Amino acid sequence: MDVSQYLEIFIEEAKEHLQNLNEALLEMEKSDDNKDLVNEIFRVAHTLKGMAATMGFKRMTVLTHDMENVLSEIRNGKIEISAELLDVLFQCLDALEQYVDQIIETGTEGDKTNQPIIDRLNLILEGKTAEHVQEKADGNDTSPSQPENKSVVVSGPADEAAKRKHKMLSFNEYEKNAILKAQEESYNVYGISIIIAESCVLKSARAFIIFRTLEGLGQIIKSYPSVQDIEDEKFDLDFSVFLISSESQEKFLKELNSIAEVEEVLIDEIHLEGTVQEFGQKQTEDKQDEEKEHGQNDLEKDKEKRESKGQAPTKPKANRTVRVDIERLDNLMNLVSELIIVKNGLETVENNNQNMNEQIEYLERITTNLHDAVMKVRMVPVERVFNRFPRLVRDLARKLNKNLELHMSGEETELDRTVIDEIGDPLVHLIRNACDHGQEMPSERKSRGKSELGNVYLDAYQDGNNVVIEVADDGNGIDVERVKAKALNNGTISRDQADAMSDQDIVELLFKPSFSTADQISDVSGRGVGLDVVKTKIEALGGDIEVKTKLGKGSTFIIRLPLTLAIIQALMVRLENEKYAIPLNTIQNIEDVKVSDIKYIQNQEVINLRGHVIPIVRLDGLLGIERENTEESMTVVIVNKGDKQAGFVVDGLIGQQEIVIKTLGKYLTNIRLIAGSTILGDGEVALILDVNSLV
Amino acid sequence: MEINQTKNEKIKQFIVVKFGHEQYGINIQIVQNIVRMPNITRVPNAPAYIKGVINLRGEIIPVMSVRVKFDLEQDQFTNATRIIIVKIDGNAIGLIVDEVLEVIQLSEVQIEKIVSDSDDEKSKYVYAVGKVGEELVTLLNVGAIIGVDD
Repeated sequence: MDVSQYLEIFIEEAKEHLQNLNEALLEMEKSDDNKDLVNEIFRVAHTLKGMAATMGFKRMTVLTHDMENVLSEIRNGKIEISAELLDVLFQCLDALEQYVDQIIETGTEGDKTNQPIIDRLNLILEGKTAEHVQEKADGNDTSPSQPENKSVVVSGPADEAAKRKHKMLSFNEYEKNAILKAQEESYNVYGISIIIAESCVLKSARAFIIFRTLEGLGQIIKSYPSVQDIEDEKFDLDFSVFLISSESQEKFLKELNSIAEVEEVLIDEIHLEGTVQEFGQKQTEDKQDEEKEHGQNDLEKDKEKRESKGQAPTKPKANRTVRVDIERLDNLMNLVSELIIVKNGLETVENNNQNMNEQIEYLERITTNLHDAVMKVRMVPVERVFNRFPRLVRDLARKLNKNLELHMSGEETELDRTVIDEIGDPLVHLIRNACDHGQEMPSERKSRGKSELGNVYLDAYQDGNNVVIEVADDGNGIDVERVKAKALNNGTISRDQADAMSDQDIVELLFKPSFSTADQISDVSGRGVGLDVVKTKIEALGGDIEVKTKLGKGSTFIIRLPLTLAIIQALMVRLENEKYAIPLNTIQNIEDVKVSDIKYIQNQEVINLRGHVIPIVRLDGLLGIERENTEESMTVVIVNKGDKQAGFVVDGLIGQQEIVIKTLGKYLTNIRLIAGSTILGDGEVALILDVNSLV
Repeated sequence: MEINQTKNEKIKQFIVVKFGHEQYGINIQIVQNIVRMPNITRVPNAPAYIKGVINLRGEIIPVMSVRVKFDLEQDQFTNATRIIIVKIDGNAIGLIVDEVLEVIQLSEVQIEKIVSDSDDEKSKYVYAVGKVGEELVTLLNVGAIIGVDD
């Protein structure tokens, strides 16, 4: 079935379902024996199974199917929820997430079968059913151990089972009736799977010819996919049909194999036992078992196939999508129609200044709103990232033998999609740090008079044009002396430097590459690839990170991110005849400073501004503009970076402007002091200063 | 036999440009556009051969001075100066040339590969010489020129 067009929907929905599953499982762990939750989990597993099967992801289907089996027994009260069971379910969730990730990457589910998990599921199932099975056997009408008892009896070598898709199909009551009736009248019932050659161009046309041939030989009672889907070419390379006929198998094989582009025909005689009334619960259960067997068979088969073929065919990566509230789209549409109205208005304006100005003002209003609206479309709540953290903390708590609780707030805060995609890893890192380094062991906490339960806080909120995310813990805090000792030890700083540094400066050393204070390297953290990576990543996103800590009380990491990456407000400044943009959110104020007011501290130019000593940054020198500075007064733009400030000397201010950020492209990566570029109204390119590296 | 012949006669097109007195050929396959000199925005701290960036229909494109890369004297911007926008692996870059002359067609027999002389830094920027009647055109290995590896 050609389902690539649905791949994006599948991924989006699968992610949502997995998230629900995650939440439900976490909830279930806290409050055992909750019928609603079991139902919810069952429903999710079932939906996922259906979705995966539709998309042809067999391994996912098998796994979810087995999950479903177990869950259904829990639902019926036949299995008790245990810690072990939850563990297995969490493993299932992880495995499913891996499948989805794989699908996002390559378009295929990969060839990991996750057999151990399936085995564990089956063990749980068998564990409880030991007597249950017995019971079932006793209640059965005929010899229970023999395969003939199965509702569908098929012949043919078992190793081809994978291709014989028709074996995996089940019948509804109507179809069963038809088959039974045909049997009574001693017609043959066949299940046929037909595989079309990969090179076939018009699959649906080929399928049509096959159907016509089949209809000439007998009566088709069922096809999979449905005839409609096959006509619409919604199938892969194979499809299955069931039909009633008086002809022999050989005749079918001959006729079908004579059709061009038919790769393989697999035919089995179908024989249903019993009469209509006897079809009850039992048989569907058996059917399920059988289905499962085939599923696994299929799995192995598929693996072999893939191995023999060498490399799996790689489909293009799935596009990245954003789910958009329809209201936001409507709003966009309205704005665009207004834009067209203005355009028409402008066309009819005949050199009338009054009208012209009016129209331009109108246009301005629309473009502002349009920008707003487009931005909103790109916005996603941080919940998308946050929602995986409860699980993370749970796992960490288990691993570290600590008693931890995660408190989250502000999940609804929205951020640009690009930022959301990138912010996950840094946050994981910080949360791990908080759990591992930050939190003490329960015994230690107790001896310090704290409650044994360690709290980790994750808060998001909007602050002006920024979104702030804070990761905090009420653990031990950062030991400044230890950091200092460590830094001296590995030569990051010298003794003189150490003495001159404030506590805050020393804490900032943690953001230096290869700096870890963990004495023991654990699984969780302490390898020294840490905070510097976090910092780099966040700065790449146009944000910054700072840390506040109090020994014994805990630490807080504060991440500040721009609301959106694409468009920012900026102050345009002039340096000689070049124009530069400074992001407005970093600017504190603008001052006129007399050259005579400049003081020197350690050879660094500074100004004393209302009691604050602010270092002066001569942009012209740093940006390679050569000239003599002779003016008596300078315009200084005071910028902030966290708690730090600096004054940029510029030649003149052009004004505030909304700018669209563009990168300088692959050939100009990592240009010092420049964060990007933008195109001005007159078509010229202006560069955006990288405030982070200048302060 | 026939196949061999068509292969031999495979025609390649080159844009002939001029630096100083020498003529150079650039494979037309990679050329996106030829534009007049627009305003170039200088990029501080960029390598010397990067003259800056330009705006080409909303796209920011770096512009490179082949002359600087070749250790020739600095560009003199005249009315004939053009920027050739080439795109390799999806990344566009502009090359400043003194003048664009013509488009020539060379069959394989007219192209003579050069065995690169490893001592000469510049030789890696050239991959062959094309013969058009009496004239010789040096065919540039644009990939090596824009490879921002040094």
